[in-house]
Amino acid sequence: MLGRLTIEALPFYSWVAMGGAAVTVGGGIAAFLLITYLRAWKVLWTDWLTSVDHKKIGIMYVVLALIMLVRGFVDALMMRAQQAISLNNEGYLPPEHFEQIFSSHGTIMIFFVAMPFLTGLINLIVPQQIGARDVSFPFLNSVSLWMTAAGAALVLISLVVGKFSQAGWTGYPPYSGIEYSPGVGVDYWIWALTLSGVGTTMSGINFIVTIVKNRCPGMTYMRMPMFTWTALCISILIVFAFPALTVVALQLWLDRTLGFHFFTNGDGGNMMMFANLLWIWGHPEVYILILPAFGIFSEVVATFSRKRLFGYTSLVYATACIALLSFTVWLHHFFTMGASANVNAIFGIATMIIAVPTGVKIFDWMFTMYRGRIEFHPAMVFTIGFMVTFVIGGVTGVLLALPPADYLMHNSTFLVAHFHNMLIPGALFGYFAGLNYWFPKAFGFKLDAKWGIRSFWFWFIGFYLAFMPLYALGFMGMSRRMEHYADPNWQPFLVVAALGAVFVLCGIICIGIQLYVSTRQWGSSRDITGDPWNGRTLEWATSSPAAPYNFAVVPTVTDIDAFHEMKMRGSAYRRPERYEPIVMPKSTGLGVVLGGLSFVMGFAAVWYIWWLAALMLVLCLVCIGIRACDDTSEYVMSAAEVEAIETAWLSGITPADMHDMRDFEPRGAASGMTLSGRAL
Amino acid sequence: MSEMLTIRNDTDLLEEEEHHSLRGREFGFWLFLMGDAVIFALLFATYVVLSGNSAAGPTSQQVFDLSHTAIETALLLVSSLTFGIASLAMDKGHGRAVILWLLITLGLGLGFLVMEVLEFRGMILQGAGPDVSGFLSAFFTLVGMHGAHVAMGSVGILVMIGQVMTKGLTLPVRSRLNRLGLFWHFLDIVWIGIFSVVYLPGVM
Repeated sequence: MLGRLTIEALPFYSWVAMGGAAVTVGGGIAAFLLITYLRAWKVLWTDWLTSVDHKKIGIMYVVLALIMLVRGFVDALMMRAQQAISLNNEGYLPPEHFEQIFSSHGTIMIFFVAMPFLTGLINLIVPQQIGARDVSFPFLNSVSLWMTAAGAALVLISLVVGKFSQAGWTGYPPYSGIEYSPGVGVDYWIWALTLSGVGTTMSGINFIVTIVKNRCPGMTYMRMPMFTWTALCISILIVFAFPALTVVALQLWLDRTLGFHFFTNGDGGNMMMFANLLWIWGHPEVYILILPAFGIFSEVVATFSRKRLFGYTSLVYATACIALLSFTVWLHHFFTMGASANVNAIFGIATMIIAVPTGVKIFDWMFTMYRGRIEFHPAMVFTIGFMVTFVIGGVTGVLLALPPADYLMHNSTFLVAHFHNMLIPGALFGYFAGLNYWFPKAFGFKLDAKWGIRSFWFWFIGFYLAFMPLYALGFMGMSRRMEHYADPNWQPFLVVAALGAVFVLCGIICIGIQLYVSTRQWGSSRDITGDPWNGRTLEWATSSPAAPYNFAVVPTVTDIDAFHEMKMRGSAYRRPERYEPIVMPKSTGLGVVLGGLSFVMGFAAVWYIWWLAALMLVLCLVCIGIRACDDTSEYVMSAAEVEAIETAWLSGITPADMHDMRDFEPRGAASGMTLSGRAL
Repeated sequence: MSEMLTIRNDTDLLEEEEHHSLRGREFGFWLFLMGDAVIFALLFATYVVLSGNSAAGPTSQQVFDLSHTAIETALLLVSSLTFGIASLAMDKGHGRAVILWLLITLGLGLGFLVMEVLEFRGMILQGAGPDVSGFLSAFFTLVGMHGAHVAMGSVGILVMIGQVMTKGLTLPVRSRLNRLGLFWHFLDIVWIGIFSVVYLPGVM
C-alpha cells in the first residue's frame, strides 16, 4: 500500500539530519502561521496562487529562487565547515551525509535557484520590454511555475522523509544505478529534475512564441532590447536542450526501476552514454543560466552610464553565436573519457572559440561605460564586479579547454573554482543586478541602495575568499567532493575558503535586511513615474507596479532605446484621446492543482506507491482535458476601468518627478565635451 | 441600445483576441513538436549506440518479424491518409464526414497499437524483454515511446470527436484538430525512421 515508505524514512538516525528536517518542517509551519496571522490566505489564493498575470508569476518565481538560495547556501556552508576541520579526522559529517549535501547543493542551485530566478525576471520584464500585454500562453505559464515549485518541494521534503541522492548533481551511473544507490535518493533527484524540466520546457516554448508573435508595432528584431534577445536565445536553447535531460532522466529511471540496461556495467549497458546525453543538455544549460544575466548587464550598464549600449548589433550576434556554439562543446566535460585525440581536439577548439563572442561582450560593456556618466547604483556595482571577476573565470575556462591540461585538473577543486567563478559573477550577480534594477517595476518602490552595496561587497569579497584558494588547491592535487583529507598543507586554504563562505552568508543576510528595510520605508522611496532610473527600454513606460494589462495603448516603437526616444520627443506619459476595452485572461486554480498533483505523483513514484502515482497521473490528464474544452478563459476589461487605472497613475506625476533630458557637461576624463541629452 | 453595442464590441474583441491566440498556439505547437523530435532523436541515437549490445540475450535477427512490422506500418500510414481526408472534410465544413474519417483513423491507430502490444508481449514471453540487454532496453524504449505517443494521439482523436459532436466546427475546434493532425503526421514520420533504423537493419 505504501510501497517502500516506512517509519524508518524519518531522520531519527542522526542529529544533523534531524536538525535539517526540523528546520524544514519548522519553516513550513512558521510560514503557515504567519499567513494565518496576517489573514492572508484568501489574498494569497485569489491574487497570487491562481493568478496568470506574467508579472505576478515572475515575482513568485523569484521568491521561490530566493527561498531555495538560502536552502542551497546552508549546504555550501556545511561543506565548507566540514572541509575546514576534517584534516585527518571525520569532521562532523559522516561520508554518506556529506555526499547528500554536495548533491543537493548543486541540484538546488542550478534547478531551483538559477532557473526560477532567470525565468522569473524574464516573465516580469520581457512582455513589458516588447510592448506586449501578456505572454502568449498565460495559463501554461502558471503550470510551468507550479511544476517547478513541485520539483523544489520534492527536494525540500527529501530532507524530512528519506534521503537525497549521494551521486552528485550530475548523477553519473553506475554509481547512481540501483546496484550502488538502492535507496530513494536518486529517485528524488530524478523526479525533481523531471518535473521542473517539464515546467522549464513549457516556459521556453511560451517565451519564444511571446517574443516572436507579441512584439508591438515597430519593434523589429534589431530593435529588441538586449535582455529580450538573450531571453529569446535561451528559450530556443531550452526547447532544444531540455528534452535531452528528460530522456536521460527517463532512461536512468528505467534502469533503476524496471531493470533496463542503458547505463549498467554489464548486459550491454554503456555508462558513458549517460555522460554524453546529460551534457548535451548540460552545456547549453550553462548558457541558459548565463545569457539572461548578460542581458541584464547590458540593460544596467546602458542605463547607469547614461549612454546608448555600445555595439548593440555585435552584442546580438555574439549572443546568437554563443547560443549556437553551446551545442558543440559538451564533450569537454569528460575529455578523460578517452575519446580519440582528434575528437578531444575538436571539442577543445570549439570551447575556446566561445571565449571570442564572450570577449566581444565584455568590450562592448566597457565601451558603453567609457565617457559615460556612471552612477554607482547597486545594480551597476554588481555589473562592474561581474566584469572584473568573470574574466578570471573565462581565462581558467580556456585553460581547462586544453585536453592535456584538463587531464591534470579534471574533477579537481580547480574545476569547482572555475564553474563557481562563471556562475556566481556570471549568473547570480546578474540576477542580483536585475533584482535591484527591476524591483521598483515589480512593487512600486525602490530597494535601499546602502544595503544593496553592502550585500555586493560581502558577496564580492566572499567569492574571492571562497574560490581563489580552491584554484590553488586544485593545482596542489585536491580532488573535489572530499569528505576528509590527510595533507596538512591544504587546511589553511580550506579555512580561508570557509571564511569566504561566512562572508557570503553576510551578503545573503544583507539582501534580507535590504528587503526588510526597503519594505519598512516604502513610502519614502516610491516610484511615481514608473521610470526610477531614467531607463531606456519600454518596460519603464508602464506604471510601477504595472497595470494588469501593462500598456493601456500598445506603443509604437521607432528606435532601439524606445522609451528614451519617447522622453526625448516628449511623447511619454501622454494620455490617449480615448481608452479601449482590453481582453484579459481569467485567473484559474488549475495551475496550482496540476503542480500539487505532480508533486504527489513524484513523491509516490519515489517511494514506489504506484497506485497513487497512477491516480495522480490520471487526475492530471483530467485537469488538462477540462482546460482543453474550455473556450471561455478570457474576459473584457471595460474602457472605463482602464481609464480609472491610468488616470490614477498619470495624474500623480508632476513635472518635478520626470528626468532631466537636457544636454550635460561631463567632468573628469571626458571634461570639456558637451554630451547631448540624447547621449547616443 | 448603447449597452447592446458594448456587448457586441466585447464579443468582437474576444474573437479578435482568439484569432491572435490561435495563431500563437499553432506556432507554439510546432515548437513543441521540435522538442519532441529531439526526444526521439536522442532515443534513436541511444538505439544506434546500443543496437549491437545484445549481451547474452537474443540479437535483432532473432526477434524481429518484418511481415508483422509491414502490417503495422501499413496501418499507420493509411491512418495518416484518413486523417488527411478528415482535415479536407473539415475545410469544407462537413462535420459528419470529419467524425466518420476520424473514427476510421482511430480504428487504424488502435489496430496499430494492438499489433505493437502483441509484438512486445511475444518478445517478452520468448525471453526477449527490455531487462535482458542494452539492445532490447533501447528497442523497447524507442518503439514504446512512439507507441505511447500514438496512444496519446488516439485519446486526442477521441476528445476531438467529442468536441466536433458537441461544439461543431468552431474556430477553436478547427485549430485544435489542425494541431492534432500535425501530431499524427509527425508520428508517421517518426515511425518511418523506426522502420528504417530499427527494423530494416535489424533483420539484415
